[in-house]
Parts: sequence; C-alpha cells; structure tokens
Amino acid sequence: MNVNQRRLGGGMFLFVDDVNFEDVFTPEDFSSEHKDIASAVEEFINGEIASRSEEIEELNNALSRKLMQKAGELGILGIDIPEKYGGMQLDKISSAIASEKFGFGAGSFTITELNHTGIGTLPVALFGTEEQKRKYLPGLSSGKLIGAFGLTEPEAGSDALNPLTTATLSEDGKYYVLNGNKQFITNAGFADVIFTYAKVEGKLFTAFIVEQNWEGVSVDEEEDKMGMHGTSTRAYHFDNVKVPVENVLGEVGKGHIVALNALNMGRFKVGSVCIGSAKRAFFEAIKYAKQRRQFGRPICEFGLIKEKISEMAVRIYAAESMMYRTAGLIESRLQGVDMGSDESGIRTAEALEEYLIECSINKVYGSETEDYVVDEELQVFGGYGYIRGNHPELAYRNARINRIWEGTNEINRLVVVNTLGRRAAKGIIDVDRAQRKGLERLEVFKPEETDIPGRLDAQESLLGAAKDVFSLVFGLAYRRYGRALRREQEIIGMLADIMIEIYAMESTLLRAKKLMSGKRPEKAYLPVQMTKILFYESIEKVGFLARSILETMQGEMSARKYIPLVRHVLVSPNLNIVSLRREVAGGMIQSGRYLI
Amino acid sequence: MSASGVKQVPDTETQIRIAPDGQSIVKDDIKWVMNPYDEFGVEEALRIKEKFGGEVTIVSLGPKRVTESIRTALAMGADKGVLINDPSAEDSDALATARALAAVIKDMEYDLIFTGQRGVDDDMGLVGASVAEILGIPQLSVITKVEVSEDGTSVKVERPVEGQTLTIESPLPALITAQKGLNEPRYASLPGIMKAKKKPLEEKTLADLGLDASQFGKEARKLKVLELTPPPQRQAGKIIDGETPEEKAAELARVLHEEAKVI
Ligand SMILES: Cc1cc2nc3c(=O)[nH]c(=O)nc-3n(C[C@H](O)[C@H](O)[C@H](O)COP(=O)(O)OP(=O)(O)OC[C@H]3O[C@@H](n4cnc5c(N)ncnc54)[C@H](O)[C@@H]3O)c2cc1C
Repeated sequence: MNVNQRRLGGGMFLFVDDVNFEDVFTPEDFSSEHKDIASAVEEFINGEIASRSEEIEELNNALSRKLMQKAGELGILGIDIPEKYGGMQLDKISSAIASEKFGFGAGSFTITELNHTGIGTLPVALFGTEEQKRKYLPGLSSGKLIGAFGLTEPEAGSDALNPLTTATLSEDGKYYVLNGNKQFITNAGFADVIFTYAKVEGKLFTAFIVEQNWEGVSVDEEEDKMGMHGTSTRAYHFDNVKVPVENVLGEVGKGHIVALNALNMGRFKVGSVCIGSAKRAFFEAIKYAKQRRQFGRPICEFGLIKEKISEMAVRIYAAESMMYRTAGLIESRLQGVDMGSDESGIRTAEALEEYLIECSINKVYGSETEDYVVDEELQVFGGYGYIRGNHPELAYRNARINRIWEGTNEINRLVVVNTLGRRAAKGIIDVDRAQRKGLERLEVFKPEETDIPGRLDAQESLLGAAKDVFSLVFGLAYRRYGRALRREQEIIGMLADIMIEIYAMESTLLRAKKLMSGKRPEKAYLPVQMTKILFYESIEKVGFLARSILETMQGEMSARKYIPLVRHVLVSPNLNIVSLRREVAGGMIQSGRYLI
Repeated sequence: MSASGVKQVPDTETQIRIAPDGQSIVKDDIKWVMNPYDEFGVEEALRIKEKFGGEVTIVSLGPKRVTESIRTALAMGADKGVLINDPSAEDSDALATARALAAVIKDMEYDLIFTGQRGVDDDMGLVGASVAEILGIPQLSVITKVEVSEDGTSVKVERPVEGQTLTIESPLPALITAQKGLNEPRYASLPGIMKAKKKPLEEKTLADLGLDASQFGKEARKLKVLELTPPPQRQAGKIIDGETPEEKAAELARVLHEEAKVI
C-alpha cells in the first residue's frame, strides 16, 4: 500500500467497481516494524499468559492486574495512545496485529486486555480534554490504571442510549450526582476508571469519567458465566456518586458520540481477536486430525474432514483479508494527521466514523467465522472435543460472547444498512444512479461459463454483477420503504448479509490478485483456490438473498419482475469444488496451521 | 564492552521438512527465531552493561532475514549490530562461521564475548570455541552464572557438572558460551522496537572483512552433511480380530510371539 493510493470512502466498496489491488492493504504489506511488534506480543503471551492458562481461566483478579501491568511495561497497552501521554502512538494495523495475537494465545485474558485497551481507554483517548488525557492516559497505557466501559444497564442492553441512570447537576454547579445501575461490566472487579453514561435532565445522554473508589460506587458479585471465566464481569451501582463537572467526557447531551465511536474501534478490535482465536482453533483441529486414527488412517485423510478444514481456512482467509483491508483504510484516512497533536483523538474518531460500516462488518464476519471454526474444531475432535481439558471445549464456550457484546450481531447488521441509508439520504451516495447503472449493466451481463485454472477473471466479473444486484435491490427497497425501511428488519438483515458477502469476496479477490502479481507468485496458489471456493458459495448466497428481498417487495411496486434477471446473472462458472477443497485442505494439513 | 554472537534458527514449533537433496531442510515458510541459547548470552551481556556501562554489539553471519533476529536483540537493548551477509558464505561450517565472526570482533574493543553453548538447529556447539581459539582468548563453556569482578578485569563463572557446580575464574577478555539457566531473557518491548529502528545495523561482505571467499560456503566445509533423515514413522497399530475373547487372546499371544517376538 502506498500513500498515493486512491482511498475509497466508507461503504463505497459497494458502488465502485474498479478497485485496484494496490489500493488495499493486506498482511503481505506488513512492514518489518509490524512483524517485530507481532513477535514481541507473541513472546509476551507465550511466556507470561499461555504458560499460566489454567490459573488465568479460574479468574484471579490479582493475577490479571499483575499481568496487565507487565503488558503495560512492554508498551502493549499503549499502542493506540499518543506518545505525549505515555503511549506508543502506533497505527491501526499494529493494533489489529496485537489483538489477533491475544486472540490466538491468551485465552480469556484476551478480553481483559481487549476491553481495557478498547472501550476501557478509547473514550478518554478520543474525546478527553487535555486535562483529562493528562490525568488518565499515562496510567491506562502503563497498566497502572485499569479502565472499564459502563454502558449496558439491566433495562438498556441493545437500547443502550436509553439508560435509566440519571445525572443531576448540584446547586453550586460543581458536580453531577449519579444514580443508577450498570450491568455486565468487564473488568469491574479490579478497574480504577469507569467510562459511564447517564441522562442529564432526563434527556441529555452524557458520558462521564467515574473513579471506582469514589463514594457511592459499589460493585456486585462476579457473574457466573458460560465462558471467558478468566475475566471479571460485574454490575455497578451508583448511589449519589458525586462526579465533578470536569469529569464530563465530551459535551453534555453528546454522550452517544463518545460511546458509539469507542464502540466502532471496539468492534474493529473484536474482529481481530476473533480471527486470532479462529486461527488457533484451526491449528488445534489440524494437529488433532493428523494424529487421531480411525479405520486405520489419520482422520485428516477423510474427505468430510478435509471439507471442514478447507471451509475453515477459506473463512479465516476472508476474515483476515477484510480486517487488514479495513485497518489500511482507517490508516490512510489518518494520513497527514499529526498524531501527536491534541486533535488526533477527534480525527481518529472521524476516520472510524467514516469506516463504521466496515468496522461493523468485521465484527460480524469475524465473530461468526470464529464461532463456525470452533464449532467445526469440536466436531473434528469428536467426543474428546466435548471433554473439559481439551481445547475445543474451552474455545467453544469462550467464543460465544463475541456475537453478543459490542453490539449484538443483529444490531451491527442494522447499523451497516442504516448507515448506508443515512448516507443516501444525505446525498453522499446517489442511490437512483447506482440502481439505474446497475440495472443497465445487468441487462447485458453474461456470466463466464468456465473457470480458468490459476485465473480469477470469472470471479472478478461476478463480483461486479453482485455489486450491481446490490445497487438494484437496495435502490428498490430504499424507494419502496423510504425511512420506513428501518421497520423492515428482515430486509435489512438480508441487505446487510449481501454487503458482508461482497466485502468478503472483494477483499479475498484483491488479496489473491496482489499475491499473483507479487515477487513470489507461487504464494498465490492457495489464496486463488480459496477465493474461488468463497465465490462459489457467496455468489449463490447473494443471489438467494437478493431474490428473497425481491419476492418480499410485492404490491403496487412489485419487484418480482427482476427475479429472473438475478437468477440469470449470478451463476458461478463450472468448477470442481471438491477437488479445490481437497487442495486447500491438503496445503493447510501440510503446513499444520493457517498459512498462506 | 561486549559482543554477542547470534544465530537465527527455525522456531522449535516449526514443522521441519527435508529438502529433495537429502542434506538440508526446506527453508520456505519457516518461522525463524533467535537461537534460544544466544538469547541467554544477549541478556547476560545487557545485564553486565547495565551494571558496568559500555556497549553491546550483536554480530551474526547469515542472509538478510537474520536482521530480524539482530533487531530483536537491539529491541532488547543492545546498541548496534553487524551482519556478515555474503552469498559465498552460505552453508559455511562452524569453523568458517567462527572465522567470519572473529574477523568482525577482532577490530572491536571488547571485554566479553557471548555465544550460545550450541545452536538448537544442528547442535554442533563449535562456533563459540572456535571464535575463542581464533582470537586467542580463554573460553568458558556451558555457563549458568557470570560474575564480573568489581574492577572489571576478571570474571567468575559457574558450570553445572553432574549435579555439582564447577566455579572457574578467568581474566578478561574471555568468551562465554551460555547455557539454559543463566538468566531469564527479557521481552523485547514496543518502545525497544521503536528505538531499535534508529540503532546502527551494518552489513558487511567477506571482502569487507579482508576474508578469502574460497574458505567459505558449502565447498569449503571441513564437515560435510551426508544425509538428513526424519525420525522413523510411528507404526500403525494392529487390531486383533476374533469372535470370542478366547480366540482374541490366542491371536494376541500368537502375534506377540511370532510377529512382535516379545514373548
Ligand atoms: C460477559 C459479558 C461482558 C460484557 N461486558 C460489557 C462491558 O464491559 N460494558 C458494557 O457496557 N456492556 C457489557 N456487556 C453487555 C453487552 O454489551 C450486552 O449484553 C449486549 O449489548 C446485549 O444487550 P442485552 O444483553 O441486554 O440483550 P438485549 O438487548 O435484550 O437483546 C436480546 C436479543 O434481542 C435482540 N435485539 C435487541 N434489540 C433489537 C432490535 N432493535 N432489533 C432486532 N433485534 C434486537 C438482540 O440482538 C438479542 O439477540 C457484557 C455482556 C456480557 C455477557
């Protein structure tokens, strides 16, 4: 990736059809610094975390605190924080790399770290005044202070911007009095600083920085969770907590900006963590499949096991390609911003806001990939996978939360489409034009009949058709329902899934093409095969979803007439999917891990 | 002042495949790391520097990728690095490697040289001894404790021998080969990585060092690798057939006697 590249605006991947592989960042572009950071984080995790995994999974807040301090001493907690406040001021690519390494090797300590460096630090890093930053950031980046994010309430889960917690300004105007309860707060057992939210005057949603040892702040018992046993999760109670007005974070009534932007970055980081833990589960699955023998053979020689291995690999490949592409987009949006300056927080928030759709997509695709992979890992282990002490049993339970927190995957799907709708309403995206152009092209489109080995032409032209189909159905739905589209959640869900598949297809395609034109084109072999497998399924999925949406829009603006067209254009070329899958599985089994 | 020799070796988790020539390994896609014994050496050098002052220089022979391992040592706190990178030195044996390292070190001002007691890849354990020999300084091998005298003129070291400890004293300069147990190497920190980017890392060819290329490389090896063989494949298990427990027991006894020949 170079600085002069053409940068695609947020969500524009759906409408621009000549994205060049040179314009996207991929793991092949890691600098030596990125690689050094990766191995430093990995060394720390292997030496300090993985070696204590049993102890960590039992929940030991004192140990968590000690390990957090060690991570802080090595600079790991300060990756996203300006140097001026004791951080490392590194790029978002480094941030994703570190999260991925934690996901791979740190068990539930991953969440202790992730929550702290993500939503437990970013509110002040992005929106704090200089004073607030000076007060809290050095401690948060060195691990001397632990941060928590107190948004969820018993009555306000997904509907988080509607809390019952109240903040009342004191008569002398010097402090707010906070009353309310926060539910399921990570790291609450040993946190020092809480970024929390309350309504001022019953309506103004506002962010506050609260210190845990202030009078009136109390924590409940630890929750007894399904997984992630090594993380602390507790409720907070605020009983007439006096918060000095200096500790209002951002503006009164603008708390949603603080919360949502911190969550954007949180989602980006959750996506990376999920990829790391999926890679680990994949590694364990292959190791087991090579060594477990049934019917006189290692089970990795059976077709149905190979099929699983290939599908796990394809999804990891896609998730990883999407993740680093997004990291590169955010980074290029930040080109030229002086990250040492005081406006760097706001600029970062703007970049995250621009790539909101991509961040949510990564969270959804990452967590669903992780869940898919740990589920298949367990299946590969058979009965042993169900037994405590074996990797899948823990990985399966730990993974499940990632589809729930930082916005459930349902909420993130709504975010993806509603953001697009909002940008259309603002005129950033010309829906009518996109629909018209899409339709014109679809009418003359002829899908390639045969797949050419070693080439991706058929896939590339299908990707264009998939984008045109999206423009068509989105345009129709947008016109048919207008603002009321928000109420048609099933349609939104399907539109979101099409968007996600397109981002996955395009990110894998561009990465494979970059590898093909690289210094060692032989490295492109498996990525090309994986791209073909992904397209084979995704094109079917897009077609099915698009037709379902068209079927749904009946009545005076019937859209059924486009169904045959969609059926005609979204057709995969002939290819032998079984042999492709066997090749991918074979390659992965030989390297013993996810390696391209 | 101290110098530390580092070698880059495949990560012990890497799956090693033997190359078609039967004498080397497939080097593609290997994850390379600093030889763990060398890491003990680097750590000890850094601790001595922290106590007495001075500088730590990392010296290594190998291809460009070895700069990764040198950078790790710089990120841990070493001051500068020298990589002898010359295509004619590829596949050199231990003696040639030692000649190259010694050629760099001899022109430096040094008190202590550390190497690992052996490389975890080929387990030769020869480079440290050869460097000491070429430089004509004492060699203290397989060391688990190092104590430099207050005046910095001598060193007292310990070597484990069959459950006992041998304590040895030597004047400086000297060469020490590090054994597991010497210390717990520190992690490279992120600030360390950023600082390392600005530290000098020089690359030299054999000619730069005034060495004769014909003494290096595969052809000049005094020790030649004849063959690399993988560990034997585990034999598949055998399932004993039979209708009744009696039949199965009889079959088992027969197999143990006639095929496995253990009873
Ligand atoms: C272990 C753990 C740690 C956590 N850590 C934190 C933390 O540190 N800080 C914090 O603030 N929160 C935290 N949470 C809370 C978490 O973010 C919430 O659980 C999550 O946002 C969902 O809220 P809820 O549980 O109330 O579910 P609900 O909002 O009640 O949702 C229930 C179901 O309804 C669906 N749903 C809800 N609204 C809609 C809608 N409009 N349209 C369609 N479907 C909808 C949801 O997707 C979900 O499937 C944590 C939770 C857990 C379990």
